Amino acid sequence: MSQPFRLNKEGLINRNKKISFTFNGKKLFGYEGDTIASALIANGIHLVGRSFKYHRPRGFFGAGVEEPNAKLQVEFNGHSEPNVNATEMELVEGLSATSQNCWPSVNFDVGAINNFLKMFFPAGFYYKTFMWPKSFWYKIYEPFIRKAAGLGVASIEKDKERYEHKFEYCDLLVTGSGPSGLASAYAAAKNGAKVILAEDKPRFGGTLLTDDVSIDNLSGKDWAEKIITELKSMPNVTVKNRSQVFGYYDHNMLVMFERVSDHLETKSKFTPRQRLWYIRAKETILSTGSIERPIVFGNNDTPGIFLSAAAKEYMKVYGVLVGKKPLIFTNNDSAYETALEFKKNNVEPIILDTREEHSSELIDEAKAKGIDIRFSHGVIVANGYKKVKSAKIGKLNKDKNSFEKIETIECDCICVSGFWTPSVHLASQSGNKLKYEEKIDAFIPDKKKQHETSVGAANGSFTLEESLKHGFENGSNLSAKITETKTEISIPNVNEKKYGAHDKFWCMPLPKNENPKRFVDFQNDVSVSDIEIALREGYRSIEHVKRYTTLGMATDQGRTSNLNGLQLVSNIENKIVPEVGHTTFRPPFTPITIGTIVGREVGMEYMPTRKTPMHEWHEKNNAVFVDAGAWKRPRYYKQGSETLFEASKREAKNVRENVGICDVTTLGKIDIKGPDAAEFLNRVYTNAWMKLPVGKARYGLMLREDGIVMDDGTTTRISENHYHMTTTTAQAANVLSHLEYYLQIVWPELNVNVVSTTEQWAGAAIAGPKSREMLSKLYPDLDVSNEALPFMGYKEAEFFGVPSRIFRISFSGELAYEINVKSDHGMFMWEKMMEVGKEFGNQPYGTEALSTLRIEMGHVAGPELDGRTIPSDVSLNGLVSKKKDFIGKNSLGREAFNVESRQKIVGLIPIDRKSSIPEGSHIVQDQNAKLPNPKLGHVSSSCWSVENNNPFSLAIMKDGKNMIGKKFFAVSPLKNKSIEVEVISSHYVDPEGKRVRS
Amino acid sequence: MLYIKCPYCGLRAQKEFSYGGDATVKRPNINEEVSSENWDNFVYMRKSPRGKHIELWQHIAGCRQWIKVQRDTATHEIFQTAKVTEEIR
Ligand SMILES: [Zn+2]
Repeated sequence: MSQPFRLNKEGLINRNKKISFTFNGKKLFGYEGDTIASALIANGIHLVGRSFKYHRPRGFFGAGVEEPNAKLQVEFNGHSEPNVNATEMELVEGLSATSQNCWPSVNFDVGAINNFLKMFFPAGFYYKTFMWPKSFWYKIYEPFIRKAAGLGVASIEKDKERYEHKFEYCDLLVTGSGPSGLASAYAAAKNGAKVILAEDKPRFGGTLLTDDVSIDNLSGKDWAEKIITELKSMPNVTVKNRSQVFGYYDHNMLVMFERVSDHLETKSKFTPRQRLWYIRAKETILSTGSIERPIVFGNNDTPGIFLSAAAKEYMKVYGVLVGKKPLIFTNNDSAYETALEFKKNNVEPIILDTREEHSSELIDEAKAKGIDIRFSHGVIVANGYKKVKSAKIGKLNKDKNSFEKIETIECDCICVSGFWTPSVHLASQSGNKLKYEEKIDAFIPDKKKQHETSVGAANGSFTLEESLKHGFENGSNLSAKITETKTEISIPNVNEKKYGAHDKFWCMPLPKNENPKRFVDFQNDVSVSDIEIALREGYRSIEHVKRYTTLGMATDQGRTSNLNGLQLVSNIENKIVPEVGHTTFRPPFTPITIGTIVGREVGMEYMPTRKTPMHEWHEKNNAVFVDAGAWKRPRYYKQGSETLFEASKREAKNVRENVGICDVTTLGKIDIKGPDAAEFLNRVYTNAWMKLPVGKARYGLMLREDGIVMDDGTTTRISENHYHMTTTTAQAANVLSHLEYYLQIVWPELNVNVVSTTEQWAGAAIAGPKSREMLSKLYPDLDVSNEALPFMGYKEAEFFGVPSRIFRISFSGELAYEINVKSDHGMFMWEKMMEVGKEFGNQPYGTEALSTLRIEMGHVAGPELDGRTIPSDVSLNGLVSKKKDFIGKNSLGREAFNVESRQKIVGLIPIDRKSSIPEGSHIVQDQNAKLPNPKLGHVSSSCWSVENNNPFSLAIMKDGKNMIGKKFFAVSPLKNKSIEVEVISSHYVDPEGKRVRS
Repeated sequence: MLYIKCPYCGLRAQKEFSYGGDATVKRPNINEEVSSENWDNFVYMRKSPRGKHIELWQHIAGCRQWIKVQRDTATHEIFQTAKVTEEIR
């Protein structure tokens, strides 16, 4: 149970709490506060995965978001997650992690043969090899590649976790709690600004946790703790750890990913796993710090090779040694701090510095401590397959393009530092064009595009003093503009070590007669030779080189590879880096879970469910529901073992023979009021509206300006200046916007107001030959005779004591009424109707029967009014006034709308009177014609005619009216059906419309 | 996500609004003769400028007013918003 690489004292982990976990089946333990990576390294485990293309053994390289290799399949809290960054995921009890990209195991991987066949995998390999023959792609190449080279495995289980979205507003958002972030947040908070401080890691402080500095005589770590404690106590400040701001969008909208509970052993039922924050910030401080850059050398991907700052972080934060015989390979001073930290823990490092012998504060200290430093030296190639065993090193000549004095020295880890790259991802996402800063050989933000200010290392300032100063100044100035308060803060005294200049050196030359792989992008296995090939083959734009080689395109977004790739291109092309330019940074900065993006909008919460006041009754009476927009409507009421077909036939037949009631609450309803309401309707509808008397309804048709039918419905004149408009369920919202558009913008002179009343009223249709008898029982005191309440008539009356509206309108083509009561009385109305209707054989009917009834009557609905039809196409030209102007009228004169052979609505019946015609079928002359078979029309709606007891369909057909009596085929390749049909009138039942007037 | 200042309600998130196209297009007057060309221009022809564009948005999940927004179609910068009865220049 001992941990051979755990230090006795160092670190910020909780040594009082052991946590057990497994890795590739092996039982191990770590401590609370460990990441999977730190716990594995403490246990001496470095081989964690295989690389993407060559299946080379890979270990840890970083200690946080920069990690390119250590992506694991992790099971915890009952779910399995692929591609988890081992350097970020905190250890929790019972966690089980396994390696990816390897088969059958990480120690013996069949795919590693690729490593020895690397001739086979040059840049652009996938493009070149798998292009031909085309038919091989889906069957052979793609499955092979997926099996051999995938990342982790996504779970196929339903995700039981809870994810949340949160919307927040603040004056200042600070992204990163390193020295500059803390200073900015603190200064802004003191000015009274509403501040959000976001830190990706579990611990606040950034580099203050690992750097040997002091601020106001406190260690960096203690100073960070002091500031955070004070910030937490302030009501205007929100401080969030485990929270990554990953996207910078328009108008200073930033999106943050908070890992709420993955690190907790127990949580309450309603604790979300992760939370997505949408933050609208007035100002943003980008204090995202910098990421160490590697130096490229032979076999630089061997397990045991680390970024030097990562090695320091493992010691200082986790109390873990990445090795006991470290080689430090650097072009700058910062790696000396890692060496000194090793030394402090009684480990003897050797430093290889690519610079010529010189002196600086840190070099002098290392020398004084007796550390072996070799100037003008570098690692040529690392030896060891699954772990570094030794390194071949050499002395660089003056031009640094060859070396001498080659020797092999033993080591168990190599800590590499190629200087620092500011994390400019968020700045770049905000629209900021970056500029190349020669001094640090990296890109930093240029002129602001939004309200973003980069400070500290993210802005290229690598000293603590400068970072703090920028932080305090910017935090104070930006917030003072918002709060108009300025609190003076004295900038604290800083004690830090001064760094000497770095060496502009990024890639070791190859040794003579040897050709070890030198990796630039570890995660996508892109090496120096791949970039050279891409350039030799003529790729010039960095964006093309990126796509051809896949450099920087892995899930780590090239955090450790982009700049080295650029340097290489610039060296080979003899161009300076700013000419080569950089590739585009896109959100998310780090991979985030799909669950977080979706949030609570899943399952029943995907969208609101609208239920009518009678919904419960429908449920109790075996209604099978169908979605109509957000509404739930009964499709049919199932009796016994009835099928949809049987039930809808029964319900429709009962309407034709007796009487039925249908919940029509979902129809759109719009109240239209004002002295100009009639004039407005006259412009909105195609037919005449000026003379509609009070107490009468009229069917209306509205067009878009391009002449296409938009919607239809009835509108009733309730009183002199008050109309009640109905729309189809689907178009209700669009029609309201349409009316508002004309009233607010086009004809503001009309004195009219519109408002949706859909939810105010519950509606029920009573349809069938016995509906009048039933109505007379529902309204015993009212004269409901054909004379008193004729077709298209309207009355207001009490319905068993509650106010109601009676419309004599019909969608089913039968004698029918529609009753509206206030929503609260909907259920009362419905139950009363069921009770009173018994003696007339009343049955409820759903949307399926409703469709049947309207289809066989030839009434058009959504499938016919599909955004492609004009009034004459659907035989509604009788409703188009020739005398007045209306919306869309001018378009009806277009030539194409008036050609003789224009499409028209027709009816279809199968010749065998038995085969149902699938909706969507195409009408063709010859079912065996050569493809493409000329299409004469399409089937829009189909039903089983209960009146004639055979299938019947509506179709929109070219020159339709002249086709009546002729025979065609309705073909549906989708259902593999071809049915011989005869064209008939679209009015299959009661063509004169006698029933509605009876 | 854009942040749009409704002249009636103040700054609101884009998701409360729906887009309504070019605000400078004027519908021919009702009951007035209009040439086919002018009508077609009104119904179909729209410019797609890169840069400043005055457009209509409706505050559909708010006050339901149609408003004018002057926006840069390339950068999404919003320069001005106004009631439909007001001019943007
Ligand atoms: Zn508004």
